[in-house]
Amino acid sequence: MLRAPGRVPFVSQVGGWTLDAARAVGEVAVWRPLVIGQMRRLGVDSIPIALFIAVFTGIVLALLASYIFTGAMPLYMVGALVGKTIMMELGPVLTGMALAGRVGANIAAELGTMKVTEQVDALETLAYNPVSYLVVPRVVAATLMFPVITAFAVAVGVTAGWLTAINLLDLSSVEFFKGLRLFYQFKDVWFGLVKSASFGAAIALMGSLKGLSARGGAEGVGAATTRAVVLGCEAILVLDAFWALVLL
Amino acid sequence: MIRLDNVYKAFGPRSILNGVDLDVPDGRNTAIIGISGSGKSVTLKCIIGLLRPEAGRVIVDDEVVGELDRDGLGSLRARIGYVFQFAALFDSMTVRDNLALGLVRRGFDDAEIETRVRDSLNVVDLAGTEEKLPAELSGGMRKRVGIARAVALRPRYILYDEPTTGLDPVTTAVMDQLMIRTRDLGVTGVIVTHDMKSAFAVADRIAMLHEGRIRQVGTPDEIRASQDPIVRQFIEGRPA
Repeated sequence: MLRAPGRVPFVSQVGGWTLDAARAVGEVAVWRPLVIGQMRRLGVDSIPIALFIAVFTGIVLALLASYIFTGAMPLYMVGALVGKTIMMELGPVLTGMALAGRVGANIAAELGTMKVTEQVDALETLAYNPVSYLVVPRVVAATLMFPVITAFAVAVGVTAGWLTAINLLDLSSVEFFKGLRLFYQFKDVWFGLVKSASFGAAIALMGSLKGLSARGGAEGVGAATTRAVVLGCEAILVLDAFWALVLL
Repeated sequence: MIRLDNVYKAFGPRSILNGVDLDVPDGRNTAIIGISGSGKSVTLKCIIGLLRPEAGRVIVDDEVVGELDRDGLGSLRARIGYVFQFAALFDSMTVRDNLALGLVRRGFDDAEIETRVRDSLNVVDLAGTEEKLPAELSGGMRKRVGIARAVALRPRYILYDEPTTGLDPVTTAVMDQLMIRTRDLGVTGVIVTHDMKSAFAVADRIAMLHEGRIRQVGTPDEIRASQDPIVRQFIEGRPA
């Protein structure tokens, strides 16, 4: 039997993908009308889970700080630890992890189902680039909305820490906010928000790529979804370390 | 005109097309028949550029499909409608939005889109279903919406992938009528099927694909009278 001749070299394939992605981003008229809908689906609808996590993170951090500092440091340091930790690390990272599950799985399952039911091919036959129609609006929406969700989560987490401190610990509001202001820098806020924007982009990208590479039927979509969530979580941890190295 | 010239396609170590040569004349329905897995759908996907052959050329209107960039493919696809085996309707969109999506991409204004959506649904006898979601339609209706989506673009060619598979005999006859009707509108049809009754009903020419090559091409009468044992076995539905 005659074997099919010729293989596309890997480098050329990667070059083709890069070119395709650049062209997709350039097709603004295709993806721009879809961004608002995705911001609502991926962002606004994710706020409850982010706030739920933030409340309990704030409570635990306040209690933990009190446990660590009692007898060793002034108790107003509870405010410093709660604020600094939630703003710079736990707010963005825990929100990102939760959304890697919710948003990453949602995107991978949706696009994976579209792929295995030939809806992605149908888009191509209608002269749409699936990357500009499906991937770019999701990545843009997640990049814009993750910092917003994280900002809400940080505010709620710090508030939960404050309420815990004044109700369950021997700490007044004045002392808590004294600690909160003690080491505060504006960088604490934007550092967390920049990180969360990068987490959003990475999660949406992983979900999209895994969804669009789904094969077979339901099993293939399930595998793609699982992989998207795992890769999204891994990407968050890698990016977290990257931003710490670059910005701190 | 569509021409396949010595086309090879493989997925990993598995060869699917092993040198397909086929001419599809304009204004006619050409059916590609063959057993499941013989590469019929792959052939269609090579014609519209969803798959790229490893070797050989697919030529549509004097353009080599494999050499087209994304813009070139977009222009080519404006002339080709594709009816998917399971319709591949966008399940989050209404019937109207499914039909309008390709028209929006081509820059038609709202009035023209509305006219084409209505006319296309009339062609497939599904007027009044504009606001329904695909999940609210039967399998046969979904396939007809798939045809309407292709017809709405007023293409020169329509590629049908197993248009009657899984349908009851009455709905199959309706689909056959639709394929004849679109041909009579001047559209060139390429119909992939293993439904011989449907192939004989709608095709002006039939090509049998076997082991990645065209085994025989002819009119329905020529295929009926074929003495090729492989062709006879297939059209008579005899086990090997």
